Amino acid sequence: MCTLEKRGNLFILTFTGEDQHRFNPNLIGSLLSLLSQVKAEATRGSALITQAQGKFFSNGFDLDWAQAAGSEQGAAERLHHMVALFKPVTAALLSLPMPTVAAITGHAAAAGFLLALSHDYLIMRKDRGVLYMSEVDIALTIPDYFNALFREKIGDASVRRDLLLRGLKMKGDEAEKRGVVEAAYDGEAEVREASVRLAENLGKRKWNGEVYAEIRKGLYPQLSAILGLTHKAYTIARL
Amino acid sequence: MCTLEKRGNLFILTLTGEDRHLFNPDLISSLLKLLSQVKAQATCGSALITQAQGKFFSYGFDLDWAQAAGSEQGAVKRLQHMADLFKPVIATLLSIPMPTIAAITGHAVAAGFTLALSHDYLIMRKDRGILWMPEVDIALTLPDYINALFKEMIGDASVRRDLLLRGLKMKGDEAEKRGVVKAAYDGEAEVREASVCLAENLGKRKWHGEVYAEIRKGLYPQLSAILGLSHKVYAIARL
Repeated sequence: MCTLEKRGNLFILTFTGEDQHRFNPNLIGSLLSLLSQVKAEATRGSALITQAQGKFFSNGFDLDWAQAAGSEQGAAERLHHMVALFKPVTAALLSLPMPTVAAITGHAAAAGFLLALSHDYLIMRKDRGVLYMSEVDIALTIPDYFNALFREKIGDASVRRDLLLRGLKMKGDEAEKRGVVEAAYDGEAEVREASVRLAENLGKRKWNGEVYAEIRKGLYPQLSAILGLTHKAYTIARL
Repeated sequence: MCTLEKRGNLFILTLTGEDRHLFNPDLISSLLKLLSQVKAQATCGSALITQAQGKFFSYGFDLDWAQAAGSEQGAVKRLQHMADLFKPVIATLLSIPMPTIAAITGHAVAAGFTLALSHDYLIMRKDRGILWMPEVDIALTLPDYINALFKEMIGDASVRRDLLLRGLKMKGDEAEKRGVVKAAYDGEAEVREASVCLAENLGKRKWHGEVYAEIRKGLYPQLSAILGLSHKVYAIARL
């Protein structure tokens, strides 16, 4: 499942266990609940790191659970349900009043990749793990908010095409080179350390969290609109 | 203040003096007036260079003038006023019927950076000066047209995030490498020469100014919409 701990100014959200950390309704519910907690406890200087144990960051929605519905229509409904349930998780991350870092030490696929991409900074392993949007290979179309996130977070159209239309399994060094992640390191420990370092450095800027979140939403206007996020103007906190 | 001179086909707009060239209502009006003059005097082969004297290109809106209102509410009103007054300056640059170059020989900060970014080409110093959006550090959100400008002028989402969400102070060599400016040179004279050279080369193409402006607006459709710029279709000028 997932846990939340506080380490100084850092909130650390962890997917626990050696499994694929598939997003079924329970896990999505827990994620949402923990992110709400982070938001409620935010102060100046806070930062969030999202990480996972084991070989996977997350392999996306729980398609086994979807198929356990027993019929094609039932499976489609369950998948739809998870897509709808997950949208507020993306919204919560987009409006979180602090810098966010995804520490990707394992495979991040489909909704798992989406979760990572919903963070301000992505740090990844160079030596293991891929970023992968499997939808084209398993004949699933991409939800509107997924498309909007990719469009606004990844400026390079060729990279977006390779990820979404070609189902490229992108390793850490290519991801770093092509600007999908901020940095890639050899080894799990290095990724976790670099993520903590980055989160701490960002926290030291002591940004006003609400303003930070507004500026973030301003960077991703179409995504914000699709997620139903409203805008607020702030002026003159520190003039 | 600011001055306009004509040198052959080149219009040279200069922010004069050794000060920070802060955009208060007077300077903004002067800018708008001179740009309108440039627009009126445009011919085939014209080009515009915007430059500044001293250590600063511009440090943005005059926050001292805003605070001189004497109350927080008054300061907010004055800041909003400057943001509103500045919007037509950007609109004029976006629709000016000739190629435009910003010759950045000093710090371009906040609305100063925005002014530079509203030009077709940015030339900058490598050895001195930074591009900086300090709004996240001083807890100010950005007007919609400035968000739209950054979104459509800077394709790389990581660069936009670093500039707007991280308040990165970007020097010339990084700006050139990451595609924020066209080129960076060592020294003030080199920047001015390179800008004149580029302006003259662009002018030699003898582009139809109105069509040039339409094509420019077409490159930045969302920004154009927010600025209230209309579209015109031109056919058969030279077929």
